[in-house]
Amino acid sequence: MLTFTLRRLLLAVPTLLVISLVIFLVVDLAPGSPMSEIPLTIPPEVRRKMIAALGADQPVFVRYLLWLRQFFWVEPASLFDGWFGTALADGEQRILSWQSRSPVFSIIGQRLPQTLTVIGTAYIVGILIALPIGIYSAYRQYSWFDQAGTLFAMIGFSVPTFFSGTLFILLFAVWLGWFPTKYDTQLEVRDWASFWQQARQMAMPVMTLGLANAAAISRYMRSSMLENMGMDYVRTARAKGMSERTVVLKHVLRNSLIPVVTVIALGIPSIFGGAIVTENLFGVNGIGAALIGAIQANDIPMVQTLAFIFAVLIVLFNLIADILYGLLDPRIRYE
Amino acid sequence: MSDSGAPPRPASQLRDIWHQFRTHKGALFGLITLGVLIAAVLIGPWLWLPEKLSVAEAIKLKNQGPSLRFPLGTDQLGRDMLARMLLAGRVSLAVGLVAMVIAIVFGTFIGILAGYFRRLDGALMRLTDMFLALPLIPLLLVMVMLFRDRVAALIGPELGAFTLIVFAIGITSWMATARIVRGEVLTLKEREYVLAARSIGARPRRIILRHILPNVVSPVMVAATLGVAEAIITESVLSFLGLGFPPDFPTWGRLLFDGLQYMQVYPERVVWPGLAISLTVLSVNYIGDGLRDALDPRIRGR
Amino acid sequence: MNMKAALLGAAAVLGLAPAAFAERGTDGEVKLTFPQAVSIMNPYLTGGTKDILAAAMVLEPLAVVDPNGVLVPRLAIEIPTVENGGVSADLTSITWKLVPGLKWSDGSPVTADDAVFTWQYCTDPAGGCSQATKYDGVASVEAVDPSTIKVTFSAPKPNPYTAFVSGLSPILQKAQFANCLGAAAPTCTDANTMPIGTGPFKVTGFTVNDTVTMAMNENYRDPAKPAFASAVIKGGGDAESSARAVMETGEFDYAWNTQIPPDSQAAMAAAGKGQFVVAFGTLVERLEMNMTDPSPDLPEGERSTVKAPHPILSDIRVRTALSKAIDRSILVEVGYGAGGKPTCNVIPGPEGWASDNEGCIAQDMAGAKALLDEAGWTDSDGDGIRDKDGKKLSILFQTTVNPIRQDFQALIKDWWTELGVEVELKAIDPGVFFGGDPGSPDTFQKFYADVEMYANNSESPDPESYLAQYLCSKIPSPETQWQGENINRFCSADYDALHAELTKTTDLAKRQDIAKKLNDMVTKDSMVVVPLVHRGTLSAHANSLGGVQINAWDMETWNTADWFRIK
Repeated sequence: MLTFTLRRLLLAVPTLLVISLVIFLVVDLAPGSPMSEIPLTIPPEVRRKMIAALGADQPVFVRYLLWLRQFFWVEPASLFDGWFGTALADGEQRILSWQSRSPVFSIIGQRLPQTLTVIGTAYIVGILIALPIGIYSAYRQYSWFDQAGTLFAMIGFSVPTFFSGTLFILLFAVWLGWFPTKYDTQLEVRDWASFWQQARQMAMPVMTLGLANAAAISRYMRSSMLENMGMDYVRTARAKGMSERTVVLKHVLRNSLIPVVTVIALGIPSIFGGAIVTENLFGVNGIGAALIGAIQANDIPMVQTLAFIFAVLIVLFNLIADILYGLLDPRIRYE
Repeated sequence: MSDSGAPPRPASQLRDIWHQFRTHKGALFGLITLGVLIAAVLIGPWLWLPEKLSVAEAIKLKNQGPSLRFPLGTDQLGRDMLARMLLAGRVSLAVGLVAMVIAIVFGTFIGILAGYFRRLDGALMRLTDMFLALPLIPLLLVMVMLFRDRVAALIGPELGAFTLIVFAIGITSWMATARIVRGEVLTLKEREYVLAARSIGARPRRIILRHILPNVVSPVMVAATLGVAEAIITESVLSFLGLGFPPDFPTWGRLLFDGLQYMQVYPERVVWPGLAISLTVLSVNYIGDGLRDALDPRIRGR
Repeated sequence: MNMKAALLGAAAVLGLAPAAFAERGTDGEVKLTFPQAVSIMNPYLTGGTKDILAAAMVLEPLAVVDPNGVLVPRLAIEIPTVENGGVSADLTSITWKLVPGLKWSDGSPVTADDAVFTWQYCTDPAGGCSQATKYDGVASVEAVDPSTIKVTFSAPKPNPYTAFVSGLSPILQKAQFANCLGAAAPTCTDANTMPIGTGPFKVTGFTVNDTVTMAMNENYRDPAKPAFASAVIKGGGDAESSARAVMETGEFDYAWNTQIPPDSQAAMAAAGKGQFVVAFGTLVERLEMNMTDPSPDLPEGERSTVKAPHPILSDIRVRTALSKAIDRSILVEVGYGAGGKPTCNVIPGPEGWASDNEGCIAQDMAGAKALLDEAGWTDSDGDGIRDKDGKKLSILFQTTVNPIRQDFQALIKDWWTELGVEVELKAIDPGVFFGGDPGSPDTFQKFYADVEMYANNSESPDPESYLAQYLCSKIPSPETQWQGENINRFCSADYDALHAELTKTTDLAKRQDIAKKLNDMVTKDSMVVVPLVHRGTLSAHANSLGGVQINAWDMETWNTADWFRIK
């Protein structure tokens, strides 16, 4: 297992380099320019100068190599400087966003906490709702509970978040007046009052995303449980006189977790990636909102860096999922 | 699982499956609903001919609620919602189902190859990682920019747009299926019956088709259900970005999106497309449920 | 006793006066929300209105333009004119006098050197200054003495109020930006996000693309202002959610750019928490007719260039017919409500500059049909589409993705179909459409379509530079990497000559006269530009927010110092 993990980690380096190049080319090839959001009143000559000042008129490979150097040397060095007061990255150009001219990593640093709290909470809430529903639905297949669960799940994923989010806003903010419509990112939790405020402003985005997550995960859980319920080993376990509880929760559940683990592991990078629609809708300044804003403004350094970090997380969590497979099912071997 | 000796009887097996499928109430409901929806959008536009109104007349009738004249009301330009819903359904159902099939077939194919053949695993899964990591919107922008005119020149603008959209959605949504299937295959190929089949010298192709594939149906069905909904919604996002169909071409996703800003004043504007999408997804899900039960010999025997 | 009473009375009077005008920092916090979040606070490094709006609360120019289009001094004592000697008689220089005792928010004095530095900052060739046009024609800026700024032009300048006028070209503090000249400009993150200014507020916190927090400027020149002790600008979401946060939930006091459907406007106003305000500048939603052939059959390099005149739209009768078939009042009713009015002019304001051209307002379908018949376009094969010499009257009509524009497209398609014109619609992502990427076929400059719709406006009330876009020399072509503002490829020697005359004319009445003629030449005389709707900027403010004076000629936040809480 250890050699497998090490080998995969080593293999990840060239993989990620290739991915980073592909991302860079795709983002660069996409039509649009960093100047698309400025008013038409600014004449073409001025636009050209602005583009030149960004360095956006350089050939694509020059910019890619510059980005690689900044990402793998300048940024870690300046982080190191920040911790130990050294001057490794002095005078070096950090990765700057074209849109805001601020270092991309400080923007990410500003935004990550919001994304992790809101999207992370929504994900955990989603899983906590989904697993029991999935398990019980499968155990009592075609009961009223199962039917209700199915309906809930279907509504959950046939309704896009832009719709459910707007519905929640109308319902809970406009008519009932319970929650604020805009997320206050400056709020610091210091006491119970501010904690309560934080909980209130998180309620709607968490509901919106939690519903969508729970819907999908509960379906995978249910189907996987159903698959295993009919297996011979379950009959054997029952025949041995084991309690239903042990049979379902120990034997069936453990064997049913593989596809669910994949789905959950696949979803975790998307927590970091944020939720584009939901973040935008509720004004949560997370990574997702940053990504879509950067894409719209054709802010290549920002898009490239975010997409690459996202790629690293995906590769990492897929590796974790593979290791978990081995733990859940000892028959799987990777050699 | 004792297929090594008995000769296969495909005709009766199909009848068996259908027999089992019929007893599944939900599946039957799903099949009928989906059938009705498809029939409605195919024949509907011929049966329901909205009155031809001039712009000035239509504008006076904008944002009407449901009535005999306009069974589903009218939109902000006084257009008949029923006629638009029917037209929109053609595109949405076609896009949803075809894109889902592409994603599922491709995802299952990659997943099985990666899970079964260890040599391919690394390369294919890294490919999957790459597709997962690519930012979707620039990718779609690039695809449309590169291929729109060429495809349109080959098969005409509307069919071209359809092909490109279906392909774009399919190519960007197979990854989850691939990873899930691979995970399943990894455990399946260590099961006793697969080992047994291999030990008697069965070729990989036969093992995959006879033993592996039927056993990954269940997660694939879930992915398929999710896939239809996602494809319909993704299409609306594409239209929203100006990458989809021409702007006067309604689809359910687009009607839902357009209705959103009127949700407070005229809630029915979002109810109809929302209902249509939900019904489609629900029926595909029940069909999937029924199909899985019908394909499972253990359940079929009961 | 008497003495004490008198003192008390005096105190009461003193106490009363501020009660009428409020006192600095007594009204708590004012909360603004923008549909697009603020990215940077330096107006010279951004083109985004959202950024400049926020910056205008902190940075100030020498003079601003008020809602009536009149110049009002800010850091200057008065507006220099030829009459008061501030502008030289030959119009080659303008001399501004700073208000005495001005201080930056950090307490240091404002001097003429700051203005000189600002000019150097924006004109540095490596800096990529987005407001460079403001300093066009400026030969030098000198500090005559610490409180006198002399701007010298390289040629007589009829309109000398460009440099250091309006929120687009405020004065930066030399001390803060001294190391940020040229290529170093983008790297000064702190200065760019938290500039030191002279405005009523100073930046205390900046979260990129999300929130700006500000506190009142203790050194603001008017000791009674601002009434608010702090201000917050929260960005993100869309027009709908911004409007809702002011009009329905009351979470915010002011929302900029809340263009939502007229029905929703009415519903939100009915909630009674706030009101919509609209300011009409020069923003005009228009149809641009392509005078060149965009056919994909043409070789690259000829498509949509002057080498290939448009086979259908070159005929003025066709263009006129297309315009006559449109009912602009319905467009306004459907799309903008109070936020728009029908127009036939490219320059719809300010009063005095706008032509009296109203001929296009009334729809004339019969007249349009007659014109097409006259031009030889008839429906000879009875399929409902007119044709001529075996060619169908078919038009590709493109615009950006935007719900209102898609409604407009649908309506115009209906009208044109009634006229017997086949219409194909296309909607393009605004980032691509306005992006100007020479590699993309979908930019508005490339114009690979017959008709396109978008909005444009003049940056200043004086339209001289705006009208320059229809000069022959501004036609986009492959040779210029498709850059250029003459989207229609309109080219007329008369127009060029008249515009050259405008650049030399100094008399206001004559300038206005010429501008009107130029406006008519591209609209009613040639129908190359078909204006549809004069659009205002629609914003919303809470009923409890007083002092708002929405302004189309400068930044909407131009007078935040005067905003107060109605109690």
